[in-house]
Amino acid sequence: MMLARPEMPRLTLEYFASLRDEAGCAQEQIESTAPSLSALYDELSQRHGFSLPATRLRVAVNAAFAPWDQSPRDGDHVVFIPPVSGG
Amino acid sequence: MSAFLLTETPIDPTSFSADLRRDEAGGYCSFEGWVRNHSDGQAVLGLDYQAYPALAETEALAVLREAEARFDIVAASCIHRTGSLVIGDMAVWIGVSAAHRDAAFTACRFVIDEIKKRVPIWKRERYADGHSEWIACHEVTENS
Repeated sequence: MMLARPEMPRLTLEYFASLRDEAGCAQEQIESTAPSLSALYDELSQRHGFSLPATRLRVAVNAAFAPWDQSPRDGDHVVFIPPVSGG
Repeated sequence: MSAFLLTETPIDPTSFSADLRRDEAGGYCSFEGWVRNHSDGQAVLGLDYQAYPALAETEALAVLREAEARFDIVAASCIHRTGSLVIGDMAVWIGVSAAHRDAAFTACRFVIDEIKKRVPIWKRERYADGHSEWIACHEVTENS
């Protein structure tokens, strides 16, 4: 018998700089029901103890900047962008 | 027209600066950013750079296109290092050619300033006392 189970979006997360150090990995795949990217960051912050507040970050989905209230969708590649320091 | 390169190996701008040489250009201006031995009063041994290549390329090319739109230049290019660098290594190179020098200098300054502010590249300073730290310099703003 097939169980009617809501699909959990499967996301690929990639981390850079201090977020990578705090997460202890460069990339991970997770399943999350977070309704927004900002809720997703809260969820991950709890798990990894990120020290940067979301207010100092931007978020990119599939290599383009995205609004924090966007809903993560199955297959999305999500990157939180800490303050930059190139040059 | 404009070109951006992220590279894990030492920067060699020779071919990039040659590409900026055009018959309509009266001059060329470049900026090289080097790893220096101090930061905020601390002795620095080197820098580690990380980049998010897909978005870094998009943003850097947007900066170069903006420079071409805003200033009377012929072409602009940028190379940025990733990986582990030591004192004296070149971390970034910008080149701009233009008919006249004023636009070349102004656009070159614009490009390095915007690259530092907007492009998803991060540096970690390695200090002589053994600790190291990611530098969180510029929050990327919505309208940048």
